Amino acid sequence: MEETGKPHSAQASRKKGAVPVSGADAMTESLRQEGVDTVFGIPGAAIAPFYDSLSRSGIRHILTRTEQGAGHAANGYARIKGRPGVCIATSGPGATNLFTALATAYSDSIPLVAITGQVDSGLLGRDVFQEVDTTGAAEPFTKYTYLVKSAGEIGRVFREAFHIASTGRMGPVLIDVPVDVQREMAAFRRPSAVAIRGYKPKTEGHPLQIRKVAQAIGRAKRPVLCCGGGILLSDARQEVLRLCEAVSMPVVTTLMGIGSVPPDHPLHLGMVGISGHRRANYAVEHSDLLIIVGARVGDRAIAAEKEPGEGRTVVHIDIDTAEIGKNLGTAIPIVGDAARVLCQLADIGPSGSWPDWLEELRRLPGQTAAPGADGPYVRPDAFVAMLCGKLPDDGIYIADVGQNQIWSARNYSGRGRFLTTGGMGTMGYSIPAALGAKLAAPDKTVVAACGDGAFQMTMNELASIRQHGAPVKLVVFRNRTLGLVREIQHVDYGAAGFAVDLTGSPDIGRIAAAYDIPHGRASGLAQAEALVEEMLGGDGPYILELDIDPEEMTV
Amino acid sequence: MKAILSVLVENRAGVLARTAGLFARRGFNIASLAVGETHDPSVSRMTIVVEGDAPLIEQVSKQLNKQIDVIKVKTLDSELSTRRELALIKVNANPKARGEIFDIASIMKASIVDMSPATVTIETCDRPERVDLLLSMVEPYGVAELARTGMIALEKGGEAIQLPE
Repeated sequence: MEETGKPHSAQASRKKGAVPVSGADAMTESLRQEGVDTVFGIPGAAIAPFYDSLSRSGIRHILTRTEQGAGHAANGYARIKGRPGVCIATSGPGATNLFTALATAYSDSIPLVAITGQVDSGLLGRDVFQEVDTTGAAEPFTKYTYLVKSAGEIGRVFREAFHIASTGRMGPVLIDVPVDVQREMAAFRRPSAVAIRGYKPKTEGHPLQIRKVAQAIGRAKRPVLCCGGGILLSDARQEVLRLCEAVSMPVVTTLMGIGSVPPDHPLHLGMVGISGHRRANYAVEHSDLLIIVGARVGDRAIAAEKEPGEGRTVVHIDIDTAEIGKNLGTAIPIVGDAARVLCQLADIGPSGSWPDWLEELRRLPGQTAAPGADGPYVRPDAFVAMLCGKLPDDGIYIADVGQNQIWSARNYSGRGRFLTTGGMGTMGYSIPAALGAKLAAPDKTVVAACGDGAFQMTMNELASIRQHGAPVKLVVFRNRTLGLVREIQHVDYGAAGFAVDLTGSPDIGRIAAAYDIPHGRASGLAQAEALVEEMLGGDGPYILELDIDPEEMTV
Repeated sequence: MKAILSVLVENRAGVLARTAGLFARRGFNIASLAVGETHDPSVSRMTIVVEGDAPLIEQVSKQLNKQIDVIKVKTLDSELSTRRELALIKVNANPKARGEIFDIASIMKASIVDMSPATVTIETCDRPERVDLLLSMVEPYGVAELARTGMIALEKGGEAIQLPE
């Protein structure tokens, strides 16, 4: 955390000829200079001066119904826009409500700038009304935090915050601004360049290491490339294809890496992990060269079952040095930006040949939804496959957390973007994230899929969707239970299910009606297909409710 | 295994909390930690002694490097470094035992900085293992109180850690 220095006197500012502005105006001006046109948040007393300035700024403010919604919406917005999303909350409960969204963005490396109001700086530490140690509490799940002590620092702090959030391993940066600092008059100075001596992210891979990878490819008999969320964050999709196609290297993705390669590409084997595709896991397990790019090797993605030197060479390419070797022994580490390093590697023109390996992988069965009777329930696997077939090529699919995430990830075959929270696994992410994604790309179809558990965690954001004209298409997999927890209880504890029954939940159709959102309900695939046509055909928001068998499992 | 990390950080509020939090969060064990300003007042030096195997030390060093406020991290070789720790030891000493304690202090090149009818206070500034030795020598008399600063260290020779920019 940085606490900025003592206030500069207005006298000193005048001497330098700069016109003093309020801290709040400096914050607004900083946002404008960063090119921010949309922010998400909820006002409150400790952030009131900033909101007053914002009201005159021309920056679009999206009022959400909880601060968590603002954070997730900024997350969805950032992922589609490719630059930091901005969310705002007041002090105390406003800030703590935001924390779940900050932790979500942190574990998925999504660039956010969170602005929180704070109590008067003279009262800090006195436990006054709505005071909480925001920077102290947010520290473990933010990339950096600022507690601004003087308005004169605002230009520099905002400049640095946007830089830190959007470079290196991206992530959320929090700026906590006491209410008196928002009112304080000081000259506004925004530095033209950022100079932080402890922060110089490397983008270029070390040429010697890259040559080693090319040599390893030359020696490999069973190579596989594993793409993580870093591919999408660094926009390296072209570079992945260029490398893989040049040498016919099979490629798998992690959950966060879905969308790195076109779903129907002949070299694409699907998703790895405990909920992944058999073909993809087989390829990783039997590989002699595993090239991991932009993935942190999470425990749910790649089991560290082999020690280095046990017949497999691991290459790990990541922008974050600390991720390399953290969970998996790595023979060739490369620190750098995924797009840049893959480009450097392809430029060397590595060569290799493994026809037997490709043949072996080709013989493995691919993923197909299991056949079954139509009704009285919708089969989720078949539904996701059907829905993806109808999405426009640039459609955005947002999966929530729970069984719906696994059904979605495993059967997703869209060509656009697939967003979900793989690191934090925050239930209720999809509805506010869809709001943000839709506002970032009003011309694109945005579909959010969630269960009836997650739906009830953030359904209050249906009001935001209505209020701000963000026609999101929402699919609710309704099985009247917290399905994935029930599944864990069943599989791991042999239990029938405890504290997972969602009896008492509202009628989703009537909820939709209350928000004036069209609604359809399907109890079979054919019916669901007709309703998907209706949902995607209309311009407005839509809630499609699917009757899912509570006994349906993901395994 | 113990490793000595010499960490140059921005001299500003919250950096110590952030660093200590990092160790707690990731389950790294700090054997000692000493912080103070350097000749450049904008920079503080943390000397952190960490317990763990080589991969853990590497992970600690990487996680420290990742901190925005951390300017430079260097792992020091204990053989090639000058290492010192300051300790104040208040030993129970009746008049009969005083002489023996004075002898121990003098052999260990420590000094007596305070005394009372029932105690003497020894000051030592030495390598941590010599501080341990002195402590073990006076323990039989009964240690009433002990304060140690934690180790600080600098590399031997003309080399110095260069700050970027």
